[in-house]
Amino acid sequence: MSAHSHVDGQLPHEPEKATLEGRNKVLGFWLFLGGETVLFGTLFSAFLALRHQVLGGPPAEELFNLGLVAAATLILLTSSLTSVFAVHALHTHQVKSLIMWLIITVVLGAGFLGLEIYEFVHYVHEGHGFTTSAFSSSFYTLVGFHGAHVAFGILWISLLIIQLAKKGLNTTTAPKVYIASMYWHFIDVVWVFIFTVVYLMGKVG
Amino acid sequence: MAHAHAHTHAVKRHSGLMDWLTTVDHKKIGILYLLAGGFFFLVGGLEALLIRIQLWKPMNDFVSADTFNELLTMHGTTMIFLAAMPILFALMNAIVPLQIGARDVAFPFLNSLGFWTFLFGGILLNVSWFTGGAPDAGWTAYAPLAGTTYNGDHGVDYYVLGLQVAGIGTLIGGINFLVTIINMRAPGMTFMRMPMFTWTIFITSALILFAFPALTVGLAALMFDRLFDANFFDPSGGGNAVLWEHIFWIFGHPEVYILILPAFGVISEVISTFSRKRLFGYSSMVFATILIGFLGFMVWAHHMFTTGLGPVANALFSIATMLIAVPTGIKIFNWLFTMWGGSIIFNTANLFAVGFVPTFVMGGVTGVMLAAAPADFQYHDSYFVVAHFHYVIVGGLILGIFSGLHYWWPKMFGRALNETIGKLTFWTFFIGFHLTFFIQHFLGLLGMPRRIWTYLDGLGFNEMNLISTIGAFLMALGTILFLLNIVTTAFKPKNAPADPWEDGRTLEWTIPSPAPEYNFAQTPLVRGYDAYWKEKMDGHKGMTPAEPLGPIHMPSPSILPFFMGVGLFIAALGFMYAPDWGDMFDGFKAGYGVGIFGLLILFGCMFLRSVIDDHGFHIEEEEILKDKGGKA
Ligand code: HEM
Ligand SMILES: [Cu+2]
Repeated sequence: MSAHSHVDGQLPHEPEKATLEGRNKVLGFWLFLGGETVLFGTLFSAFLALRHQVLGGPPAEELFNLGLVAAATLILLTSSLTSVFAVHALHTHQVKSLIMWLIITVVLGAGFLGLEIYEFVHYVHEGHGFTTSAFSSSFYTLVGFHGAHVAFGILWISLLIIQLAKKGLNTTTAPKVYIASMYWHFIDVVWVFIFTVVYLMGKVG
Repeated sequence: MAHAHAHTHAVKRHSGLMDWLTTVDHKKIGILYLLAGGFFFLVGGLEALLIRIQLWKPMNDFVSADTFNELLTMHGTTMIFLAAMPILFALMNAIVPLQIGARDVAFPFLNSLGFWTFLFGGILLNVSWFTGGAPDAGWTAYAPLAGTTYNGDHGVDYYVLGLQVAGIGTLIGGINFLVTIINMRAPGMTFMRMPMFTWTIFITSALILFAFPALTVGLAALMFDRLFDANFFDPSGGGNAVLWEHIFWIFGHPEVYILILPAFGVISEVISTFSRKRLFGYSSMVFATILIGFLGFMVWAHHMFTTGLGPVANALFSIATMLIAVPTGIKIFNWLFTMWGGSIIFNTANLFAVGFVPTFVMGGVTGVMLAAAPADFQYHDSYFVVAHFHYVIVGGLILGIFSGLHYWWPKMFGRALNETIGKLTFWTFFIGFHLTFFIQHFLGLLGMPRRIWTYLDGLGFNEMNLISTIGAFLMALGTILFLLNIVTTAFKPKNAPADPWEDGRTLEWTIPSPAPEYNFAQTPLVRGYDAYWKEKMDGHKGMTPAEPLGPIHMPSPSILPFFMGVGLFIAALGFMYAPDWGDMFDGFKAGYGVGIFGLLILFGCMFLRSVIDDHGFHIEEEEILKDKGGKA
C-alpha cells in the first residue's frame, strides 16, 4: 500500500496504477469526469434552451467566424494527440520526452486560449456582451466554463512539468500526470461538442 | 503491508483543537460532521418552532411577513443541506470503512476538505441573518422571485454562494465513498456480501455524483443573473424562468433519494440485528436500491405538473413516478418479513426503525397520490405537499438517523446511550411528529396553501394549526431529551464492548469501541454475507486475519483543507459585496480584490498540496499490540 514499493528505475509498465493510491486517483478521476459530464450537459441544455433569444444583439449566424474557431479546434485536437504521446512516454519511462510532450501540450493549450480570448473581445465589439441577451449569457457561460477548464489545465500541467523535472518519474508523480492527461482529453471532447452544438448549429440557424 | 520501508518518518500527531482542525481520520471527520450537522439541526428546528408559533392562530403577527419568509426559506435549506445530509455523512464516515474492512477512505485529505467546505458554506448561509436579511425565496429559489427584480438585497446571494460552497464538499464526499467502496474492500468482501448500509451509501454517492453538478450549474447561472446581470432566468432579457425549475428539480428529485436511501440502509441493519435474523431478500434489496436510484433521475417533472408542460409530459412523468413505488414496496415487505418470526428486541434503535416503517409507508402513499397529475392540480402548493415531504423526510430520514445514532453510538464514542431516556426520546418525538404533520394532510385538502404567513379566521384552519403547533413542541421535547441523553452519557465510563448489542452481524462489531485509529489491526478475511455473524455461527470467536500483524501506514494530518474552506468563504463574501464596497483603485472594485484574495488562498493551498509529497507515517507493531492488550 505504500507509495514507494518500487525503487526508481524499476517502474512497472503502468506506474500510475502501481499503488493503491494511484488506482484510487485514477478511478476517482474517472468518476469526477462523470460529474463534469453532467455539469457540461446542464450547461449545454441551458444554452440550447436559450440560444434563439438574441434580443437586440447579433444572431449566431452573423457573429461566428468559423475560420477562427476551426483553427482553435485544430490546435486543441492536436494538443490531445501530444498528450497521448506524453502518456506513451510515461509508460515507457522516458522522462525527458514526457516533459517535452507536456510542454508542447501546454503551449498548444495556451494558443487555443489566446484565440478564444481574442474571439471574445471581438464579439464584445460586435455588440455581443455578456449581458446582451439570454443567448449571449448562456454562450459565454458555456464556452467560458470550458475556457476556464483549459486555463486550469494549463496551470496544472505546468506545475506537473516542474515536479517531473525536480522529482522525476515515480509512483507518486505518474498518477498525477496520467489523470491530468485524462482531464485534457475530456476538455477536448467537450470542445468537439461545443464546436458542433454552438458554432456549426449556430451557423445553420 | 509494506515492511522494510525506504523512508522512516516521525509520527506526526496533533492534540486538542489542532487535532480536530487537521484530522484526516474518517472516524473523527464523522464526529465533526455530526457536531456541525447536529448544530444546524438545532438551528433549523428553532426556525421551525418560530414558524409554528406564527401559525398557531389566525391573523397572528408574532413575526413579520418578511421574517416569516426568511424563516421558511432558511428552515428548508438548512434542514436539507446543512443538517440531514451532513448527519448522513457523519454516519457514512463513521461506519462504511469499518463495514467493508478498510483502514481508511480512499482520499483522507479530500474527506477533510469536504467537511470544511460544507461547514464554511453553512456558516456563510447563516451569516446572512446578521448582515441585513436571510434568503427568502423558498428553499427552491424559483425565478423570477429569486432574481434581482424581486430580491434586490443580498439574501439570495447568500443562498447561491453558501450552497455552492457547501455543494463542493458534498460532491467530494460522493466521489470519495464511491472509490472507497469500489477499491478498498477487505479480501472476500464481494459486492454481494456488502452490508445493506454500505450498499445504500454506494448508490447515494452515485446519485450525488450525477445530481449535484446540475445544482452547481443552476446556482452559478442564478449567481451570474444576480451579480453580473446575466439573463438566464430573466424573461425581459430573453431568459426562461421555467429553465430554473427544470435544473433545480433534475437535481432536486435525486436529492430526496440521496437523503432517503441511507435511511433505508440503517433500517435494514437495525431491523436485521434486533430481529436476530438475516435480512430478508438481501439481493432484492440491493436490486431495489439500484432501481430506485436509476428511476430517481426520470421523475423530476412531477414537481412541475402545474407549470404547464402539457398532458403528454405530465402523463409520462406520472407513470415514471408511480413506478418508483414498486421497488420501494419491495423494501417495505422485506423489512416486514425480516421481522416475521424473529426474536425481536425493542430497544431504542429498533423502536425508531420499526416506527419508520409505517410512517414512511404513509409518506409513500401520499407520494403516489401526488404523482397522479390531475389530482396534483388540487394538492399542489398546499399543506398536503408539506405533509407528504415531512412524512418521508422526518418520518423517514430523521427516524432513520435517530435509529442509526442510537445503534452506532457505542461504536463511535465507546459509550452506549441510556435506554430509558432513549425510549422517552422515541415516544415524544414519534407522537409529536404525527401530531404535527398528520393533520396537515387535511389542512391541505381543505385548501390551506403552503408558505403563507398567516390565515383568516373562519376558514376551518384554526384547530388543526393549533394541534400542529403543539406537536412541534413535542418533537422539540424529544430532541431535548436526546441532547440530555448525549450529555449524561458523556460522563459515563467509556466501557462499551466491541459488540455491545451482542448480536452484531457486520465487521464494525469485530473491532474495539471506539475503533482504533487504524481500524483493523489485521485486515479481516470475509467468508460470507453478514461476515461476523457467519464466524459466530461457525463457532469462531472473531474474524480470520487476511494478513500478518505489521506496521500500518497512515496519512498525515493537514491544516490545508481548513484554509481552503476559509479561502472560499472570503472569496464568496468579496464577490457578493463588490457592488457595495466601492473601488479599490480606479475601476477595480474592492470586493473583487477580496474575492481574488480568497481564491488565492484556495489555489495556494492546492499548490502546496500538489508539490509537497505526503509520505504519511507508520504505526508500529508494538503500539498495535498494546492496543490489543487492552480490549478486543
Ligand atoms: C413513493 C415515493 C414518492 C413519490 C411517488 C413522491 C411524489 C411526489 C410528488 C408528485 C411531489 C410533488 C407534489 C407537488 O408539489 O404538488 C412530491 C413532493 C416532494 N417530495 Fe415526494 N415522493 C416520494 C417520495 C419522497 C421521498 C422519499 C422524499 C424525501 C426523502 C420526498 C420528498 C419530497 C419533497 C421534499 C417534496 C416537495 C418539494 C417542494 O415542493 O418543496 N418524496 N413528491
Ligand atoms: Cu420528487
